[in-house]
Amino acid sequence: MKVGQREPNVIPGFGITLGFTTFFLCVIVLIPLAALVLKAGGMDFSRFIEVITSPRALASYRLSFGAAMVAAGVNMVFGFALAWTLVRYDFPGRQFVDAIIDMPFALPTAVSGIALTAVFAGNGWIGQYLEPLGIKVTYTWIGITVALTLIGMPFVVRTVQPALQEVQRDLEDAAETLGAGRFYVFRRIIVPTVLPALLTGFTLAFARAVGEYGSVIFIAGNMPMKTEITPLLIFIKLEEFDYAGAAALGCVMLAISFVMLLAINLLQVWGRKRMMVSR
Amino acid sequence: MAGPSTSAEAAAELASRPGHTTLQATLVRWLLITVSLTFLGALLAAPLAAVFATALEKGWNAYFQSFGDPDTRAAIRLTLTTALIVVPLNTVFGITAAWCIAKFEFRGKSFLITLIDLPLAVSPIVSGLIYVLLFGLNGWFGAWLQEHEISIVYALPGIVLATMFVTFPYVARELIPLMQQLGNDEEEAAITLGAGGWFTFFRVTLPRIRWGLVYGVILCNARAMGEFGAVSVVSGNIRGLTTTMPLHIEILYNEYNFVGAFAVASLLSLLAVVTLIIKTLVERSGYRRR
Repeated sequence: MKVGQREPNVIPGFGITLGFTTFFLCVIVLIPLAALVLKAGGMDFSRFIEVITSPRALASYRLSFGAAMVAAGVNMVFGFALAWTLVRYDFPGRQFVDAIIDMPFALPTAVSGIALTAVFAGNGWIGQYLEPLGIKVTYTWIGITVALTLIGMPFVVRTVQPALQEVQRDLEDAAETLGAGRFYVFRRIIVPTVLPALLTGFTLAFARAVGEYGSVIFIAGNMPMKTEITPLLIFIKLEEFDYAGAAALGCVMLAISFVMLLAINLLQVWGRKRMMVSR
Repeated sequence: MAGPSTSAEAAAELASRPGHTTLQATLVRWLLITVSLTFLGALLAAPLAAVFATALEKGWNAYFQSFGDPDTRAAIRLTLTTALIVVPLNTVFGITAAWCIAKFEFRGKSFLITLIDLPLAVSPIVSGLIYVLLFGLNGWFGAWLQEHEISIVYALPGIVLATMFVTFPYVARELIPLMQQLGNDEEEAAITLGAGGWFTFFRVTLPRIRWGLVYGVILCNARAMGEFGAVSVVSGNIRGLTTTMPLHIEILYNEYNFVGAFAVASLLSLLAVVTLIIKTLVERSGYRRR
Protein backbone atom coordinates (compact mmCIF):
# COMPACT_ATOMS: atom_id res chain seq x y z
CA MET A 1 0.00 0.00 0.00
CA LYS A 2 1.34 3.43 -0.83
CA VAL A 3 0.22 6.99 -0.40
CA GLY A 4 -1.62 8.26 -3.45
CA GLN A 5 0.26 10.51 -5.84
CA ARG A 6 -2.46 13.11 -6.30
CA GLU A 7 -0.93 15.58 -3.88
CA PRO A 8 2.08 15.44 -1.62
CA ASN A 9 0.72 14.66 1.86
CA VAL A 10 2.53 16.46 4.66
CA ILE A 11 0.47 14.91 7.44
CA PRO A 12 2.53 12.51 9.53
CA GLY A 13 1.65 9.16 10.99
CA PHE A 14 0.49 7.13 8.01
CA GLY A 15 2.73 4.13 8.57
CA ILE A 16 2.19 3.89 12.29
CA THR A 17 -1.58 4.39 12.24
CA LEU A 18 -2.08 1.94 9.40
CA GLY A 19 0.21 -0.56 11.12
CA PHE A 20 -1.57 -0.23 14.45
CA THR A 21 -5.02 -0.44 12.84
CA THR A 22 -4.13 -3.54 10.85
CA PHE A 23 -2.46 -5.19 13.83
CA PHE A 24 -5.39 -4.56 16.16
CA LEU A 25 -7.86 -5.65 13.51
CA CYS A 26 -5.96 -8.90 12.98
CA VAL A 27 -5.65 -9.73 16.67
CA ILE A 28 -9.21 -8.92 17.70
CA VAL A 29 -11.23 -9.70 14.59
CA LEU A 30 -9.50 -11.51 11.75
CA ILE A 31 -7.45 -14.21 13.50
CA PRO A 32 -10.33 -15.29 15.77
CA LEU A 33 -12.70 -15.43 12.80
CA ALA A 34 -10.12 -17.42 10.87
CA ALA A 35 -9.92 -19.84 13.78
CA LEU A 36 -13.63 -20.48 13.41
CA VAL A 37 -13.36 -21.21 9.70
CA LEU A 38 -10.28 -23.40 10.23
CA LYS A 39 -11.97 -25.36 12.99
CA ALA A 40 -14.99 -26.06 10.80
CA GLY A 41 -12.70 -26.70 7.80
CA GLY A 42 -10.76 -29.27 9.79
CA MET A 43 -13.89 -31.37 10.16
CA ASP A 44 -14.66 -34.33 8.00
CA PHE A 45 -16.81 -32.90 5.18
CA SER A 46 -19.63 -35.41 5.51
CA ARG A 47 -19.72 -34.79 9.26
CA PHE A 48 -19.87 -31.04 8.61
CA ILE A 49 -22.86 -31.50 6.30
CA GLU A 50 -24.46 -33.84 8.81
CA VAL A 51 -24.20 -31.25 11.59
CA ILE A 52 -25.49 -28.30 9.61
CA THR A 53 -28.38 -30.27 8.07
CA SER A 54 -29.49 -32.16 11.18
CA PRO A 55 -33.26 -31.86 11.75
CA ARG A 56 -32.68 -29.80 14.88
CA ALA A 57 -30.40 -27.37 13.01
CA LEU A 58 -32.84 -27.10 10.11
CA ALA A 59 -35.71 -26.36 12.50
CA SER A 60 -33.59 -23.65 14.13
CA TYR A 61 -32.77 -22.01 10.76
CA ARG A 62 -36.44 -22.02 9.86
CA LEU A 63 -37.30 -20.31 13.13
CA SER A 64 -34.42 -17.81 13.09
CA PHE A 65 -35.02 -16.85 9.46
CA GLY A 66 -38.81 -16.90 9.65
CA ALA A 67 -39.06 -14.83 12.82
CA ALA A 68 -36.37 -12.38 11.63
CA MET A 69 -38.17 -12.01 8.30
CA VAL A 70 -41.58 -11.38 9.91
CA ALA A 71 -40.02 -8.97 12.43
CA ALA A 72 -38.24 -7.00 9.68
CA GLY A 73 -41.50 -6.94 7.70
CA VAL A 74 -43.48 -5.63 10.67
CA ASN A 75 -40.78 -3.01 11.17
CA MET A 76 -40.99 -2.00 7.52
CA VAL A 77 -44.68 -1.13 7.98
CA PHE A 78 -44.61 0.41 11.45
CA GLY A 79 -41.12 1.83 11.02
CA PHE A 80 -42.31 3.66 7.93
CA ALA A 81 -45.37 4.95 9.79
CA LEU A 82 -43.13 6.11 12.66
CA ALA A 83 -40.63 7.80 10.34
CA TRP A 84 -43.49 9.47 8.48
CA THR A 85 -45.09 10.67 11.71
CA LEU A 86 -41.77 12.07 12.92
CA VAL A 87 -40.85 13.79 9.65
CA ARG A 88 -44.20 15.19 8.54
CA TYR A 89 -46.28 15.79 11.63
CA ASP A 90 -45.80 17.98 14.61
CA PHE A 91 -47.31 16.78 17.86
CA PRO A 92 -46.57 17.27 21.53
CA GLY A 93 -43.57 15.20 22.55
CA ARG A 94 -42.31 14.66 19.01
CA GLN A 95 -38.70 15.34 19.97
CA PHE A 96 -38.95 12.98 22.90
CA VAL A 97 -40.33 10.22 20.69
CA ASP A 98 -37.58 10.92 18.18
CA ALA A 99 -34.95 10.51 20.90
CA ILE A 100 -36.27 7.23 22.33
CA ILE A 101 -36.34 5.53 18.91
CA ASP A 102 -32.65 4.74 19.55
CA MET A 103 -33.42 3.09 22.89
CA PRO A 104 -33.02 -0.49 21.59
CA PHE A 105 -29.46 0.44 20.50
CA ALA A 106 -28.58 1.52 24.02
CA LEU A 107 -30.66 -0.93 26.04
CA PRO A 108 -28.85 -4.19 26.86
CA THR A 109 -30.50 -7.16 25.19
CA ALA A 110 -30.88 -9.08 28.45
CA VAL A 111 -32.92 -6.19 29.83
CA SER A 112 -35.23 -6.00 26.84
CA GLY A 113 -35.54 -9.80 27.01
CA ILE A 114 -36.80 -10.01 30.59
CA ALA A 115 -38.84 -6.82 30.23
CA LEU A 116 -40.70 -8.07 27.15
CA THR A 117 -41.31 -11.40 28.86
CA ALA A 118 -42.79 -9.61 31.86
CA VAL A 119 -45.08 -7.48 29.70
CA PHE A 120 -46.26 -10.20 27.33
CA ALA A 121 -46.59 -13.08 29.83
CA GLY A 122 -50.09 -14.37 30.54
CA ASN A 123 -50.35 -12.13 33.60
CA GLY A 124 -48.38 -9.23 32.11
CA TRP A 125 -49.70 -5.78 31.21
CA ILE A 126 -50.31 -6.64 27.56
CA GLY A 127 -50.31 -10.43 27.74
CA GLN A 128 -53.41 -10.54 29.94
CA TYR A 129 -55.45 -9.01 27.11
CA LEU A 130 -53.95 -11.18 24.40
CA GLU A 131 -54.25 -14.53 26.16
CA PRO A 132 -58.11 -14.58 26.26
CA LEU A 133 -58.00 -13.93 22.49
CA GLY A 134 -56.03 -17.13 22.12
CA ILE A 135 -52.77 -15.33 21.35
CA LYS A 136 -49.96 -16.76 23.41
CA VAL A 137 -46.84 -14.64 23.00
CA THR A 138 -44.28 -15.83 25.51
CA TYR A 139 -42.57 -19.16 24.83
CA THR A 140 -43.83 -19.24 21.23
CA TRP A 141 -42.49 -17.98 17.91
CA ILE A 142 -44.65 -14.88 18.32
CA GLY A 143 -42.66 -13.85 21.37
CA ILE A 144 -39.41 -14.38 19.46
CA THR A 145 -40.77 -12.18 16.68
CA VAL A 146 -41.76 -9.47 19.18
CA ALA A 147 -38.23 -9.42 20.62
CA LEU A 148 -36.67 -9.27 17.15
CA THR A 149 -39.07 -6.48 16.15
CA LEU A 150 -37.92 -4.40 19.10
CA ILE A 151 -34.22 -4.69 18.32
CA GLY A 152 -34.72 -4.09 14.59
CA MET A 153 -37.04 -1.10 14.90
CA PRO A 154 -34.46 1.73 15.04
CA PHE A 155 -32.67 0.42 11.95
CA VAL A 156 -35.76 0.94 9.77
CA VAL A 157 -36.80 4.27 11.29
CA ARG A 158 -33.30 5.71 11.16
CA THR A 159 -32.71 4.77 7.51
CA VAL A 160 -36.17 5.84 6.29
CA GLN A 161 -36.24 9.16 8.18
CA PRO A 162 -33.49 10.95 6.19
CA ALA A 163 -34.88 9.55 2.93
CA LEU A 164 -38.33 10.97 3.72
CA GLN A 165 -36.75 14.33 4.46
CA GLU A 166 -35.16 14.18 1.02
CA VAL A 167 -38.51 13.88 -0.75
CA GLN A 168 -38.90 17.13 -2.61
CA ARG A 169 -42.10 18.75 -1.42
CA ASP A 170 -42.19 21.11 -4.39
CA LEU A 171 -42.26 18.05 -6.64
CA GLU A 172 -45.32 16.80 -4.79
CA ASP A 173 -46.94 20.22 -5.07
CA ALA A 174 -46.14 20.41 -8.77
CA ALA A 175 -47.62 16.97 -9.38
CA GLU A 176 -50.77 17.89 -7.54
CA THR A 177 -51.08 21.20 -9.37
CA LEU A 178 -50.91 19.24 -12.60
CA GLY A 179 -53.88 17.19 -11.43
CA ALA A 180 -52.26 14.11 -9.90
CA GLY A 181 -54.28 12.40 -7.19
CA ARG A 182 -52.83 11.95 -3.74
CA PHE A 183 -52.33 8.23 -4.13
CA TYR A 184 -50.63 8.82 -7.47
CA VAL A 185 -48.22 11.30 -5.87
CA PHE A 186 -47.50 8.80 -3.11
CA ARG A 187 -46.89 5.96 -5.54
CA ARG A 188 -44.87 7.87 -8.13
CA ILE A 189 -42.89 10.35 -6.03
CA ILE A 190 -42.67 9.26 -2.40
CA VAL A 191 -42.34 5.48 -2.77
CA PRO A 192 -39.57 5.61 -5.41
CA THR A 193 -37.53 8.06 -3.31
CA VAL A 194 -37.88 6.10 -0.09
CA LEU A 195 -37.75 2.56 -1.48
CA PRO A 196 -33.96 2.01 -1.36
CA ALA A 197 -33.87 3.27 2.24
CA LEU A 198 -36.83 1.11 3.18
CA LEU A 199 -35.18 -2.00 1.73
CA THR A 200 -31.85 -1.13 3.37
CA GLY A 201 -33.63 -0.72 6.69
CA PHE A 202 -35.36 -4.05 6.20
CA THR A 203 -32.04 -5.79 5.47
CA LEU A 204 -30.26 -4.15 8.43
CA ALA A 205 -33.08 -5.14 10.77
CA PHE A 206 -33.12 -8.66 9.36
CA ALA A 207 -29.33 -9.04 9.62
CA ARG A 208 -29.37 -7.94 13.25
CA ALA A 209 -32.35 -10.15 14.09
CA VAL A 210 -31.00 -13.37 12.58
CA GLY A 211 -28.04 -13.45 14.96
CA GLU A 212 -29.79 -11.98 18.00
CA TYR A 213 -29.49 -13.97 21.21
CA GLY A 214 -29.94 -12.01 24.45
CA SER A 215 -33.41 -10.60 24.02
CA VAL A 216 -34.76 -13.83 22.51
CA ILE A 217 -33.77 -16.55 24.95
CA PHE A 218 -35.86 -15.18 27.82
CA ILE A 219 -39.07 -14.98 25.84
CA ALA A 220 -38.52 -18.04 23.63
CA GLY A 221 -38.95 -20.96 26.02
CA ASN A 222 -36.09 -22.65 24.14
CA MET A 223 -37.71 -25.96 23.26
CA PRO A 224 -35.66 -28.02 20.77
CA MET A 225 -37.27 -28.20 17.32
CA LYS A 226 -39.89 -25.65 18.36
CA THR A 227 -38.59 -22.44 19.88
CA GLU A 228 -34.84 -22.93 19.64
CA ILE A 229 -33.00 -20.30 17.57
CA THR A 230 -29.72 -21.10 15.79
CA PRO A 231 -27.48 -19.00 18.11
CA LEU A 232 -28.89 -20.90 21.08
CA LEU A 233 -28.14 -24.21 19.39
CA ILE A 234 -24.51 -23.08 19.01
CA PHE A 235 -24.47 -22.20 22.70
CA ILE A 236 -25.82 -25.64 23.63
CA LYS A 237 -23.21 -27.39 21.45
CA LEU A 238 -20.49 -25.44 23.26
CA GLU A 239 -21.88 -26.40 26.65
CA GLU A 240 -21.68 -30.02 25.52
CA PHE A 241 -18.03 -29.36 24.55
CA ASP A 242 -18.89 -30.19 20.93
CA TYR A 243 -16.53 -27.49 19.61
CA ALA A 244 -16.56 -28.79 16.04
CA GLY A 245 -20.35 -28.84 15.91
CA ALA A 246 -20.52 -25.32 17.31
CA ALA A 247 -17.90 -24.17 14.79
CA ALA A 248 -19.85 -25.71 11.90
CA LEU A 249 -23.06 -23.91 12.87
CA GLY A 250 -21.04 -20.77 13.59
CA CYS A 251 -19.74 -20.93 10.02
CA VAL A 252 -23.30 -21.06 8.72
CA MET A 253 -24.14 -17.95 10.75
CA LEU A 254 -20.96 -16.24 9.57
CA ALA A 255 -21.79 -17.02 5.93
CA ILE A 256 -25.23 -15.49 6.45
CA SER A 257 -23.57 -12.37 7.91
CA PHE A 258 -21.38 -12.02 4.82
CA VAL A 259 -24.36 -12.39 2.48
CA MET A 260 -26.27 -9.76 4.45
CA LEU A 261 -23.27 -7.37 4.39
CA LEU A 262 -23.05 -7.81 0.64
CA ALA A 263 -26.79 -7.20 0.23
CA ILE A 264 -26.61 -4.04 2.35
CA ASN A 265 -23.69 -2.68 0.34
CA LEU A 266 -25.42 -3.41 -2.97
CA LEU A 267 -28.63 -1.77 -1.75
CA GLN A 268 -26.73 1.34 -0.70
CA VAL A 269 -24.96 1.59 -4.06
CA TRP A 270 -28.32 1.18 -5.80
CA GLY A 271 -29.90 3.84 -3.57
CA ARG A 272 -27.12 6.32 -4.27
CA LYS A 273 -27.42 5.74 -8.03
CA ARG A 274 -31.15 6.37 -7.90
CA MET A 275 -30.56 9.55 -5.95
CA MET A 276 -28.18 10.83 -8.58
CA VAL A 277 -30.52 10.00 -11.47
CA SER A 278 -33.43 11.76 -9.80
CA ARG A 279 -31.44 14.97 -9.37
CA MET B 1 -50.88 -2.68 4.64
CA ALA B 2 -51.07 0.03 2.00
CA GLY B 3 -53.71 1.76 4.10
CA PRO B 4 -51.70 3.80 6.57
CA SER B 5 -49.20 4.91 3.97
CA THR B 6 -51.88 6.07 1.58
CA SER B 7 -53.72 7.95 4.23
CA ALA B 8 -50.43 9.25 5.54
CA GLU B 9 -49.75 10.75 2.18
CA ALA B 10 -53.17 12.34 2.10
CA ALA B 11 -52.76 13.78 5.54
CA ALA B 12 -49.31 15.13 4.90
CA GLU B 13 -50.35 16.67 1.62
CA LEU B 14 -53.06 18.57 3.33
CA ALA B 15 -51.15 19.32 6.47
CA SER B 16 -48.52 21.06 4.40
CA ARG B 17 -51.12 23.48 3.10
CA PRO B 18 -52.87 25.19 6.00
CA GLY B 19 -55.83 26.31 3.89
CA HIS B 20 -56.61 22.75 2.81
CA THR B 21 -56.97 21.07 6.18
CA THR B 22 -60.10 18.96 6.14
CA LEU B 23 -61.74 16.77 8.71
CA GLN B 24 -60.56 13.66 6.87
CA ALA B 25 -56.95 14.82 6.83
CA THR B 26 -57.01 15.59 10.52
CA LEU B 27 -58.50 12.18 11.27
CA VAL B 28 -55.88 10.40 9.22
CA ARG B 29 -53.13 12.39 10.82
CA TRP B 30 -54.22 11.50 14.32
CA LEU B 31 -54.87 7.91 13.33
CA LEU B 32 -51.32 7.60 12.06
CA ILE B 33 -49.82 9.26 15.10
CA THR B 34 -51.89 6.94 17.31
CA VAL B 35 -50.80 3.81 15.43
CA SER B 36 -47.12 4.80 15.57
CA LEU B 37 -47.19 5.70 19.22
CA THR B 38 -49.15 2.59 20.21
CA PHE B 39 -46.56 0.47 18.43
CA LEU B 40 -43.76 2.27 20.23
CA GLY B 41 -45.61 2.16 23.53
CA ALA B 42 -46.25 -1.58 23.46
CA LEU B 43 -42.81 -2.47 22.22
CA LEU B 44 -40.61 0.00 24.07
CA ALA B 45 -42.32 2.11 26.71
CA ALA B 46 -44.29 -0.68 28.40
CA PRO B 47 -41.29 -3.04 28.81
CA LEU B 48 -39.15 -0.17 30.09
CA ALA B 49 -41.80 0.80 32.62
CA ALA B 50 -42.18 -2.88 33.57
CA VAL B 51 -38.48 -3.01 34.48
CA PHE B 52 -38.89 -0.32 37.11
CA ALA B 53 -42.32 -1.51 38.24
CA THR B 54 -41.07 -5.06 38.86
CA ALA B 55 -37.88 -3.86 40.51
CA LEU B 56 -39.91 -1.77 42.94
CA GLU B 57 -42.79 -4.20 43.35
CA LYS B 58 -41.75 -5.06 46.90
CA GLY B 59 -40.87 -1.51 47.81
CA TRP B 60 -37.75 0.63 47.89
CA ASN B 61 -36.23 -1.33 50.76
CA ALA B 62 -36.23 -4.60 48.85
CA TYR B 63 -34.92 -2.71 45.85
CA PHE B 64 -31.92 -1.30 47.66
CA GLN B 65 -31.35 -4.52 49.57
CA SER B 66 -30.85 -6.38 46.32
CA PHE B 67 -27.74 -4.29 45.72
CA GLY B 68 -26.33 -5.46 49.04
CA ASP B 69 -25.95 -8.96 47.65
CA PRO B 70 -22.17 -9.59 47.27
CA ASP B 71 -22.66 -11.39 43.93
CA THR B 72 -24.59 -8.44 42.55
CA ARG B 73 -21.83 -6.11 43.70
CA ALA B 74 -19.23 -8.36 42.11
CA ALA B 75 -21.19 -8.29 38.85
CA ILE B 76 -21.35 -4.50 38.87
CA ARG B 77 -17.63 -4.33 39.59
CA LEU B 78 -16.82 -6.75 36.77
CA THR B 79 -18.94 -4.80 34.29
CA LEU B 80 -17.22 -1.54 35.24
CA THR B 81 -13.78 -3.15 35.04
CA THR B 82 -14.52 -4.57 31.61
CA ALA B 83 -15.82 -1.26 30.30
CA LEU B 84 -12.81 0.56 31.79
CA ILE B 85 -10.45 -1.69 29.83
CA VAL B 86 -12.42 -2.02 26.62
CA VAL B 87 -13.66 1.52 26.01
CA PRO B 88 -10.26 3.28 26.19
CA LEU B 89 -8.64 0.62 23.99
CA ASN B 90 -11.35 0.85 21.38
CA THR B 91 -11.23 4.64 21.56
CA VAL B 92 -7.52 4.65 20.82
CA PHE B 93 -8.13 2.16 18.03
CA GLY B 94 -11.00 4.24 16.64
CA ILE B 95 -8.95 7.43 16.56
CA THR B 96 -5.97 5.68 14.98
CA ALA B 97 -8.08 3.95 12.35
CA ALA B 98 -9.95 7.17 11.54
CA TRP B 99 -6.67 9.10 11.22
CA CYS B 100 -5.21 6.59 8.82
CA ILE B 101 -8.39 6.19 6.76
CA ALA B 102 -9.52 9.81 6.65
CA LYS B 103 -6.16 11.54 6.22
CA PHE B 104 -4.51 9.31 3.64
CA GLU B 105 -5.26 7.71 0.29
CA PHE B 106 -4.23 4.11 -0.13
CA ARG B 107 -5.29 1.01 -1.95
CA GLY B 108 -7.66 -1.33 -0.13
CA LYS B 109 -9.13 1.46 1.98
CA SER B 110 -12.78 0.58 1.48
CA PHE B 111 -11.93 -3.06 2.17
CA LEU B 112 -10.33 -2.00 5.45
CA ILE B 113 -13.50 -0.07 6.39
CA THR B 114 -15.62 -3.15 5.63
CA LEU B 115 -13.39 -5.28 7.86
CA ILE B 116 -13.66 -2.78 10.71
CA ASP B 117 -17.46 -2.87 10.41
CA LEU B 118 -17.51 -6.67 10.29
CA PRO B 119 -18.19 -7.30 14.01
CA LEU B 120 -21.50 -5.43 13.71
CA ALA B 121 -22.76 -8.06 11.29
CA VAL B 122 -21.64 -11.08 13.30
CA SER B 123 -24.01 -12.81 15.73
CA PRO B 124 -22.99 -12.19 19.37
CA ILE B 125 -22.84 -15.94 19.95
CA VAL B 126 -20.32 -16.32 17.10
CA SER B 127 -18.35 -13.39 18.57
CA GLY B 128 -17.92 -15.35 21.78
CA LEU B 129 -17.50 -18.70 20.08
CA ILE B 130 -14.39 -17.62 18.15
CA TYR B 131 -12.49 -16.91 21.38
CA VAL B 132 -13.54 -20.21 22.91
CA LEU B 133 -12.22 -21.95 19.79
CA LEU B 134 -8.92 -20.11 20.18
CA PHE B 135 -8.39 -20.17 23.93
CA GLY B 136 -10.83 -22.78 25.26
CA LEU B 137 -9.64 -26.08 26.69
CA ASN B 138 -10.02 -27.86 23.34
CA GLY B 139 -9.07 -24.72 21.41
CA TRP B 140 -5.97 -23.93 19.37
CA PHE B 141 -3.99 -22.53 22.29
CA GLY B 142 -5.92 -24.38 24.99
CA ALA B 143 -3.25 -26.92 25.90
CA TRP B 144 -0.46 -24.35 25.90
CA LEU B 145 -2.45 -21.97 28.09
CA GLN B 146 -3.25 -24.70 30.56
CA GLU B 147 0.41 -25.69 30.77
CA HIS B 148 1.31 -22.12 31.66
CA GLU B 149 -1.71 -21.75 33.93
CA ILE B 150 -3.11 -18.80 32.05
CA SER B 151 -6.87 -18.64 31.91
CA ILE B 152 -8.49 -16.55 29.22
CA VAL B 153 -11.83 -18.21 28.66
CA TYR B 154 -14.04 -18.33 31.78
CA ALA B 155 -12.04 -15.40 33.15
CA LEU B 156 -11.65 -11.64 32.78
CA PRO B 157 -9.39 -11.69 29.66
CA GLY B 158 -11.98 -13.67 27.70
CA ILE B 159 -14.78 -11.32 28.73
CA VAL B 160 -12.63 -8.34 27.75
CA LEU B 161 -11.76 -9.87 24.35
CA ALA B 162 -15.36 -10.74 23.50
CA THR B 163 -16.56 -7.29 24.57
CA MET B 164 -13.76 -5.69 22.57
CA PHE B 165 -14.88 -7.61 19.49
CA VAL B 166 -18.52 -6.55 19.64
CA THR B 167 -17.72 -2.89 20.39
CA PHE B 168 -14.77 -2.76 18.01
CA PRO B 169 -16.31 -0.57 15.25
CA TYR B 170 -18.26 1.97 17.32
CA VAL B 171 -15.72 4.80 17.72
CA ALA B 172 -14.07 4.24 14.34
CA ARG B 173 -17.28 4.34 12.32
CA GLU B 174 -18.33 7.56 14.03
CA LEU B 175 -14.99 9.28 13.42
CA ILE B 176 -14.16 8.11 9.89
CA PRO B 177 -16.97 9.95 8.05
CA LEU B 178 -16.60 12.97 10.33
CA MET B 179 -12.86 13.34 9.69
CA GLN B 180 -13.29 12.69 5.98
CA GLN B 181 -15.82 15.48 5.84
CA LEU B 182 -13.59 17.91 7.75
CA GLY B 183 -10.71 17.41 5.32
CA ASN B 184 -6.99 17.87 5.77
CA ASP B 185 -6.54 21.62 5.20
CA GLU B 186 -6.19 22.75 8.80
CA GLU B 187 -3.84 19.92 9.75
CA GLU B 188 -1.74 20.62 6.66
CA ALA B 189 -1.55 24.30 7.59
CA ALA B 190 -0.45 23.46 11.13
CA ILE B 191 2.22 21.03 9.95
CA THR B 192 3.49 23.44 7.31
CA LEU B 193 3.81 26.13 9.97
CA GLY B 194 6.06 23.79 11.91
CA ALA B 195 3.73 22.10 14.40
CA GLY B 196 4.53 18.54 15.35
CA GLY B 197 2.24 15.58 14.71
CA TRP B 198 0.99 15.20 18.30
CA PHE B 199 0.58 18.93 18.73
CA THR B 200 -1.48 19.07 15.54
CA PHE B 201 -3.65 16.22 16.69
CA PHE B 202 -4.37 17.61 20.14
CA ARG B 203 -4.70 21.26 19.17
CA VAL B 204 -6.19 21.11 15.68
CA THR B 205 -7.91 17.77 15.08
CA LEU B 206 -9.23 16.84 18.52
CA PRO B 207 -11.23 20.02 19.16
CA ARG B 208 -12.98 19.58 15.84
CA ILE B 209 -13.87 15.91 16.30
CA ARG B 210 -14.70 16.04 20.00
CA TRP B 211 -18.47 15.69 19.65
CA GLY B 212 -18.17 12.79 17.26
CA LEU B 213 -15.72 11.22 19.69
CA VAL B 214 -18.10 11.63 22.65
CA TYR B 215 -20.88 10.16 20.52
CA GLY B 216 -18.86 7.10 19.55
CA VAL B 217 -17.48 6.57 23.06
CA ILE B 218 -20.86 6.62 24.82
CA LEU B 219 -22.36 4.18 22.33
CA CYS B 220 -19.31 1.95 22.68
CA ASN B 221 -19.64 2.12 26.46
CA ALA B 222 -23.37 1.31 26.43
CA ARG B 223 -22.78 -1.74 24.28
CA ALA B 224 -19.73 -2.80 26.33
CA MET B 225 -21.64 -2.70 29.61
CA GLY B 226 -24.71 -4.36 28.16
CA GLU B 227 -23.28 -7.12 25.98
CA PHE B 228 -24.89 -10.44 26.79
CA GLY B 229 -24.50 -13.12 24.11
CA ALA B 230 -20.78 -12.88 23.40
CA VAL B 231 -19.86 -12.55 27.06
CA SER B 232 -22.21 -15.37 28.01
CA VAL B 233 -20.26 -17.77 25.77
CA VAL B 234 -16.82 -16.94 27.17
CA SER B 235 -17.75 -16.29 30.77
CA GLY B 236 -18.71 -19.75 31.99
CA ASN B 237 -21.20 -18.04 34.32
CA ILE B 238 -19.24 -18.57 37.51
CA ARG B 239 -21.41 -16.75 39.99
CA GLY B 240 -19.75 -13.81 41.69
CA LEU B 241 -16.60 -14.32 39.64
CA THR B 242 -17.23 -14.13 35.91
CA THR B 243 -20.78 -12.82 35.72
CA THR B 244 -21.20 -9.31 34.36
CA MET B 245 -24.41 -7.40 35.09
CA PRO B 246 -26.37 -8.76 32.10
CA LEU B 247 -25.31 -12.33 32.96
CA HIS B 248 -26.18 -11.79 36.60
CA ILE B 249 -29.66 -10.70 35.49
CA GLU B 250 -30.06 -14.06 33.78
CA ILE B 251 -28.97 -15.99 36.89
CA LEU B 252 -31.29 -14.08 39.22
CA TYR B 253 -34.14 -14.34 36.73
CA ASN B 254 -33.75 -18.10 36.42
CA GLU B 255 -33.82 -18.35 40.21
CA TYR B 256 -37.16 -16.48 40.18
CA ASN B 257 -35.54 -13.64 42.09
CA PHE B 258 -37.45 -11.10 40.00
CA VAL B 259 -36.86 -8.10 42.24
CA GLY B 260 -33.11 -8.76 42.14
CA ALA B 261 -33.04 -9.36 38.40
CA PHE B 262 -35.11 -6.31 37.56
CA ALA B 263 -33.17 -4.16 40.04
CA VAL B 264 -29.95 -4.89 38.14
CA ALA B 265 -31.89 -4.40 34.90
CA SER B 266 -33.07 -1.02 36.15
CA LEU B 267 -29.46 0.10 36.58
CA LEU B 268 -28.67 -0.89 33.01
CA SER B 269 -31.85 0.82 31.82
CA LEU B 270 -30.75 4.00 33.56
CA LEU B 271 -27.42 3.67 31.80
CA ALA B 272 -29.29 3.45 28.50
CA VAL B 273 -31.37 6.51 29.37
CA VAL B 274 -28.25 8.50 30.30
CA THR B 275 -26.60 7.37 27.05
CA LEU B 276 -29.58 8.61 25.05
CA ILE B 277 -29.61 11.93 26.92
CA ILE B 278 -25.91 12.54 26.24
CA LYS B 279 -26.46 11.51 22.64
CA THR B 280 -29.35 13.95 22.26
CA LEU B 281 -27.32 16.74 23.89
CA VAL B 282 -24.42 16.07 21.53
CA GLU B 283 -26.81 16.28 18.58
CA ARG B 284 -28.26 19.53 19.92
CA SER B 285 -24.75 20.97 20.12
CA GLY B 286 -24.72 20.93 16.36
CA TYR B 287 -23.18 17.54 15.76
CA ARG B 288 -25.25 15.76 13.15
CA ARG B 289 -25.24 12.07 12.64
CA ARG B 290 -24.69 11.08 9.05
